[in-house]
Amino acid sequence: MFRQLLRNSVLRRILAALGTLLGVAIFVFLMLRAIPGDQISSGLGTEAAALTPSQRAALESYYGLDQPLIVQFFSWLGNIFTGNLGFSSRAQTSVLDLTLAALPVTFELAIFSIVIALAIGIPLGMLSASKPDSFRDGVGQVVGLAGLSIPAFLLGTALLAILASSFGFNPNGQAYATLFEDPLLNLQQMLLPSIVLGFGIAAPIMRTTRTAVLEIRSNDFIRTARAKGVPPRRLQVRHVLGNALVPIVTMTGLQFGYLLGGAVVVEQIFSLPGIGRQVLLGIQQKEYALVQSTVLVIALAFVIVNLLTDLLYRVIDPRVRAA
Amino acid sequence: MSTARWASLGALTATGLAFALVVTGCSAPASDPKPSAGAAGGDLVIGVTSDPDTLFPWKATQFQAVNVLQNLYGTLTEFDEDLNVVPGLAESWDVSEDGLTLTFHLREGVTFADGSTFGSEDVKYSLDAIAAEATAAVARSSLASVTAVEATDENTVTLTLSAPDAALPANLAVINMAMLSSDDTEEGLNTTPNGTGPFILDDRKASQSITLAKNVDYWGDTALLDTVEFRVIPDESSIVSAMQSGNVQLAVFDDPLVAQTAEGANVEVATTPQLSYHALQLNATRGDLADVNVRLAMQCAIDRQEVLDTAALGEGEVTGPITSPAYKSDPDARPCPERDLDKAAEYLKKAGKEDGVTIKTIVSQGEYATSVNEAQNLKAQLADAKITLDLEVLESGAFVDRWIAADFDAAVALNGGRPDPDGMYGRYFTSTGNLNKVAGYSSPELDALFAEGRQTADPDKRKDIYAQVSENLEDNAAWIWLFTSYTYTATASTVDGFVPMVNGSLQYLRTTSIK
Repeated sequence: MFRQLLRNSVLRRILAALGTLLGVAIFVFLMLRAIPGDQISSGLGTEAAALTPSQRAALESYYGLDQPLIVQFFSWLGNIFTGNLGFSSRAQTSVLDLTLAALPVTFELAIFSIVIALAIGIPLGMLSASKPDSFRDGVGQVVGLAGLSIPAFLLGTALLAILASSFGFNPNGQAYATLFEDPLLNLQQMLLPSIVLGFGIAAPIMRTTRTAVLEIRSNDFIRTARAKGVPPRRLQVRHVLGNALVPIVTMTGLQFGYLLGGAVVVEQIFSLPGIGRQVLLGIQQKEYALVQSTVLVIALAFVIVNLLTDLLYRVIDPRVRAA
Repeated sequence: MSTARWASLGALTATGLAFALVVTGCSAPASDPKPSAGAAGGDLVIGVTSDPDTLFPWKATQFQAVNVLQNLYGTLTEFDEDLNVVPGLAESWDVSEDGLTLTFHLREGVTFADGSTFGSEDVKYSLDAIAAEATAAVARSSLASVTAVEATDENTVTLTLSAPDAALPANLAVINMAMLSSDDTEEGLNTTPNGTGPFILDDRKASQSITLAKNVDYWGDTALLDTVEFRVIPDESSIVSAMQSGNVQLAVFDDPLVAQTAEGANVEVATTPQLSYHALQLNATRGDLADVNVRLAMQCAIDRQEVLDTAALGEGEVTGPITSPAYKSDPDARPCPERDLDKAAEYLKKAGKEDGVTIKTIVSQGEYATSVNEAQNLKAQLADAKITLDLEVLESGAFVDRWIAADFDAAVALNGGRPDPDGMYGRYFTSTGNLNKVAGYSSPELDALFAEGRQTADPDKRKDIYAQVSENLEDNAAWIWLFTSYTYTATASTVDGFVPMVNGSLQYLRTTSIK
């Protein structure tokens, strides 16, 4: 009975996810075409004015722009199901290959950034919560506020400029190396962008932690545990933090999902060939198939992360399992 | 109370430790500055903000694509550093007495990157294909005067013209006129370039880098560098950082502020005026602007130096229509070389518009840094003469769409220039030019002058004709030409022998070496 329900709810989630993805596909398709200009004018710029009608017609058929919108949409969607995400005429490669190269970069960056964000955010949140409205709470809050309000482009550019000019340290000035080609260089290239992103994400995690910890601490079972003589550190970690994890995991999952969408600004500054830059370039050059397919992949990643987050609730909170 | 403190202190220490681990673990080895040993040769890294959007030379208009392709492909004629036309794949050429036959004598022993021999068949194939509409080649209109191309023998090509065309040799020197092998297709060349240039394609990582290696079989002096890598670093200030850390040795900037930050102990910055020009384009086919007096009133109400100073920090030069060094217009040869509001009022009165006029003006945002500031300054200056600029700021794609459709009264524009004035303005200001709709102005006098320029081979006479063209454009205030900017070429002090060019070309990579 219980298993059946679970299966049903999972089934429902999957159906909802598919609906979301279809919605995203239609939305992106229409939005892209609402942007003025097409691949011809974005490639040629004002030179496109010099095209004769038959030159333009030749180019439109080359880029597949001569088809009616509905045909363009369904032929693209049909191709998706066969694993053909389209072809990028700029890169002269399939969108699938481009995405398979860009996704690991973004994924790696997202993981490092989240690790850094958690390493800063959770301790800072607990520190703040340990004595609300005190000096140390103030310090925590200020750091959190700084993380939220210092834009990544400023922090990133400043870090890069100072380290490069004063110490000659600029791994991102070298050609990008994947984790398998050159692990050491790869980790160096990931270091600064992860710090910049992690610092920004630490802020919401810190705030969530602080609120959650404060709330849990006011519960009766904490008082009981303390009265029973549970050692302080165990009390903080096992009883308080353990129970405060659900909102923290939610926030982390959400941020991780966003990161998988590509951190465009940070990828630009640190020349990381990630998924965000792929989308940006695609939009700039009006490579419709590239943008549509990549956004769909991002949406899929987001949905999967959300599903996993939900599953994680079941692991960390027995009450969710029971419900 | 103390329990909580301990817990958090412990956590803080853990964070600190984690950080220390990350930092020391990863930052220990210093980045390799890649200094290349050896007298000549070496590997040069150029920082670019974007990948080429195509590798097919006949369709390439993007700056980054042109810069790469210029080094891979050859053209019949070439430019030297002063933009004079010099022999390229054609060793020499003769023009018949009546100017209707142009014979090219091709260089012998030239090969493509794939080893096949270059010959007259390839020239015929290339010129015919560029002229065919279905190819959608961007330089097609430059061949408008060519009626037939004939491969007379293996190393001679004869062009038959409908009318004399003195601009043709210069028009053949651009990369959109690259000579391709008759065995190649666009599809194949998109991934595997096959040219006669000083470099060949070595490696390409889409949106990351493109690496060229020297072509040892090049017909001219073999390039000194072993390889040239165009490394994509999307952010200009990150390119500066990469130059300071020694990872990148050459970069070209448009933004004076960025160029300033690049200049330092190990980086020199050279300033070159550009061929492209900033202008307020007027559409003389619409509304009040159809009256030459309204246009002249606008011309007189603008202090161009002020636009340059406010919008571009004074980094540039006030210019007339023609920007190429050999034909440069005198910026003072115009109805109002200085701002003159009385004269502006007079012109408006002559037009019967004493109460002022309103001009709908489109401005692009994001395409280049100074556009909006230029527009604001022009608006403020013109307001003093009762001329209202009604600004419409558009995202660059929308701007291009409107510009192409000539759907504007006036447009704040940055237009590309060309070495030859006929190639530069013939397409705009002759009544049959393919951009005449966008230019919004033509006249029988200009048609005659451009035709005369095309028929005149003598350089001094041509200069004289284009001085008249320039004067005619200014006297009729066809557009309002404002200023040209500079290009900033930043090179590491180890780079030797690179010559920046006015047209932004990187063709002198072939003489560049690393000390």
